[in-house]
Amino acid sequence: MFTNLPVLSFITFVPAFVAILLMIFSRLTAESGRAQLEKNASLVALVTTLFVFVLSALLLIDFDASSSAYQFVEDYEWLGGGINYRMGVDGISVLFVVLTAFLMPFCIFASQTSIKKRMLEYMVAFLVLETFMIGAFVALDLVLFYLFFEAVLIPMFIIIGVWGGKNRVYASYKFFLYTLLGSVLLLAAILWLYSYSGKVLGAPTTNIETLSNNLDIPGGAQTWLWLAFFASFAVKMPMWPVHTWLPDAHVEAPTAGSVILAAILLKLGGYGFIRFSLPMFPDASTLLAPLVFWMSIIAVIYTSLVAYRQKDIKKLIAYSSVAHMGFVTMGIFAVNFQGLQGALFQMISHGFISGALFLLVGVIYDRMHTREIAFYGGLVKRMPIYAIFFMFFTMANVGLPGTSGFVGEILTMIGAYQVNPWIAFGAAIGMILSAMYALHLYREVIFGEPTNDKLDDIQDMTSREIIIIAPLAVFTLVLGVYPSLVTDITGPSVEALLANFQQATGG
Amino acid sequence: MANVINFILPFLPELLLAFFASQLLVFGVGKKGRTDIVRWIAVGLLIVYALSGLIVGVPGTTAFNGALVNDNFSYIAKAILGLSAAAALLISESYLKSERLDKYEFSVLVLYAVLGMSIMVSSNSLLSLYIGIEMQSLALYVLAAFNRDSLRSSEAGLKYFVLGAISSGLLLYGISMIYGFTGSLRFETIGNVISAGNVSTGIIAGMVFMLCGLAFKISAAPFHMWTPDVYEGSPTPVTGFFASAPKFAAMALIARLLMDPFAGMIDAWQQVIIVLAVSSMIVGVFGALMQTNIKRLMAYSSIANMGYALVALAAGTAAGVNGMLIFMTIYLITSIGLFACILQMRIRDGMVEQVSDLSGLSKSQPLLALIFTVLLFSLMGMPPLLGFFGKISAFLPAIDAGLTWLVVVALLASVVGAFYYLRLIKTIWFDEQDRQFVKPATALSALSALSALVLVAVLFLPVLRTPVQAVLGAAANSLF
Repeated sequence: MFTNLPVLSFITFVPAFVAILLMIFSRLTAESGRAQLEKNASLVALVTTLFVFVLSALLLIDFDASSSAYQFVEDYEWLGGGINYRMGVDGISVLFVVLTAFLMPFCIFASQTSIKKRMLEYMVAFLVLETFMIGAFVALDLVLFYLFFEAVLIPMFIIIGVWGGKNRVYASYKFFLYTLLGSVLLLAAILWLYSYSGKVLGAPTTNIETLSNNLDIPGGAQTWLWLAFFASFAVKMPMWPVHTWLPDAHVEAPTAGSVILAAILLKLGGYGFIRFSLPMFPDASTLLAPLVFWMSIIAVIYTSLVAYRQKDIKKLIAYSSVAHMGFVTMGIFAVNFQGLQGALFQMISHGFISGALFLLVGVIYDRMHTREIAFYGGLVKRMPIYAIFFMFFTMANVGLPGTSGFVGEILTMIGAYQVNPWIAFGAAIGMILSAMYALHLYREVIFGEPTNDKLDDIQDMTSREIIIIAPLAVFTLVLGVYPSLVTDITGPSVEALLANFQQATGG
Repeated sequence: MANVINFILPFLPELLLAFFASQLLVFGVGKKGRTDIVRWIAVGLLIVYALSGLIVGVPGTTAFNGALVNDNFSYIAKAILGLSAAAALLISESYLKSERLDKYEFSVLVLYAVLGMSIMVSSNSLLSLYIGIEMQSLALYVLAAFNRDSLRSSEAGLKYFVLGAISSGLLLYGISMIYGFTGSLRFETIGNVISAGNVSTGIIAGMVFMLCGLAFKISAAPFHMWTPDVYEGSPTPVTGFFASAPKFAAMALIARLLMDPFAGMIDAWQQVIIVLAVSSMIVGVFGALMQTNIKRLMAYSSIANMGYALVALAAGTAAGVNGMLIFMTIYLITSIGLFACILQMRIRDGMVEQVSDLSGLSKSQPLLALIFTVLLFSLMGMPPLLGFFGKISAFLPAIDAGLTWLVVVALLASVVGAFYYLRLIKTIWFDEQDRQFVKPATALSALSALSALVLVAVLFLPVLRTPVQAVLGAAANSLF
């Protein structure tokens, strides 16, 4: 259907284009029409994101899941000298595009009621953000990827800083500078690769495929490059010990910002590992995999313990995100079929689950304007529907069989077990700990006697909120029962990646 | 007769510029109070002059017995200089009017400064180099002190003059040593002596002295001390001018000097350039952290940016010069846009100068706030804005030349640099405080909007970017 159309560029740039139109309209509107304009802006944004979602769904239908090759490839001369505007998707990236497009309408829809000021600018920031995120997943050129990957910081910085909570300035700075520090090392590595490819291949290039398949990098340089890429992706992921920006950013960001942060932005790190670190630096990946394993295990166990001690609901979920990302890095660097499939699955599933959890926190935050665990209690008596959904996603977060959380964790553990049983053992302890903090949260917030008078007239979820949460629950369940929906699409690409990897490392 | 024509013809545009500038001076004396006309004529002259070299110029010609040379490099440099000076004149109007400084001499001085810079970028001998530098500097000293009733402005002018004199002394001393050890003032002869392998200590010392003198002009650390005070004290449009054309001219001059006569001793000067680059980046980014005055902040930011440009030059290759040209062009566009923004932000009791005065800008003037933000993010080197492209163009040649560590230092410095740009953005967007800004002049909003548009769009529009890239590439190649 799309074979000859630049559909990826279209999906990528439609939101930004609409954002520009919105800004132009806001200039043309008189002060009196301001309120109406703000209202329309959120509607326009909703329609746009839905449109992008439909497009991405069509893309997925049109996608040939049996092939491991890049599809819908667009390749144009861009900056000259081998830096091209090159886009395409394979089994690894296509699902992230769909996930992004899927979650955006929910974020917009959820924000329509919870955002009280500067609606238009908010929508513009989110639309621009969507462009950058999708662009990062579909870019097949290192410079183009870096461009989108880094550009994400700009709208996110503004979103946290303008619409965030009390400590928003600190959180937005920390988020921006932390991630930027990681990214500039990535940029240095990209420039080095570009220069090196010119010397070795004759013509410099930043084409990901050429760099992965044709460029042999000597071992020492590989290690440095791997570390530079690692610095960037580990911060983004975030891995222990560079995770400390995440809790701050999550707590201060508005609900939809947290959702995007947890569900999509963190995935850029894992996606980067799979897309760049493994294929381009196979020897270094093998060499340094133990380091990643230990960092992952520390992340899983340590951040789970930290999560248990949190007083703020969002912070607890943020730390649990770090722990779950530990499973992802563990699976990726096991570099076997189960590990990689599990990591990809875990990222997709975490997108739904953490997104839903942050939306659920947003529901009570919008009512009570506090996220303190101690403030709540006994919500099951006042908000039964809420309690059901919260229960469901808490269980999914713990990794209860039947939910998508289980599949990802078990696959990554199977993958890690083949490499080093002790790593899998550590991860299993992490699973138990995750049950500990998640059930603790549930007991404190939902069960018990309602002790706080202020909760007396709290309303249950509105139909609007149910509409937002229910589809996420459905997907979490469907993927938990029938994981092939994801694994069939990612499978061929993962196999091809592994074949290349084993060939490159000679094993 | 033919000899005389060949003697001066290649330099006719500059001569005409000098002639008209003098005429304008006479005209201004005769018609006091017609400063608008003088300004518009000056802008027109600058634009025509800027384009003249590109359109009718013949690359490879020399004038005045080889003292001045015209090649693609000098034509491009003059075009950029002329256009940025014209832009600086355009943004100066409303400020000068409101501060009662609207004197016709302003435009004429800018013209003379551009003339001096043109001699700098075309110079082919050490004497014409020195004459060019002095000519532009004298005009700039007066411009810095243009608000003569203001203590700060006079101080800025005096400080600039004294330190400028020291730098000229260093430069002249270096020139004399080079002359003494090579026996010539002409770049070709010096180049021949050096590439023949006769690099004596005297030549190296002379080269270092010359680079120190020139480092003053681009405000590279450790010769940057004048910059913050002069930037702060000078009238804001003058600061905007300082941040653009003179920096570019001096940088172009350094490029020519290093790649032409000193090409044979790259091992010697590369170290000097690296030291200048590293110290400028570090002084620039850390110095800016604590500034509360926007103009001082811009001063430190320009020091850091000169450091990034020097990283490209340190490569010592055609690609390096090309990267420097791309970086500087983008920097010029950004800084003119930024100063146009700063000049737009008038509050009732005067110009905005403190960072904290910007609070609430996004509420009262959303468009200006957006433009300001785009410019700042671009200056930070954030993709998808053009500043990012400038940074990678500047850093790639250095990596090619094996200076990876230098690029890593530069990139880390840019992270520190991001902090103070973010502080401006934070003040504009996050701080809630409503101020009533006076409605800005059209020329200012148009120019700032234009520069922001360039920064947003050019990266994704090859139609605009490719020809500029080609022209700058040709310019860089003409030095080799």
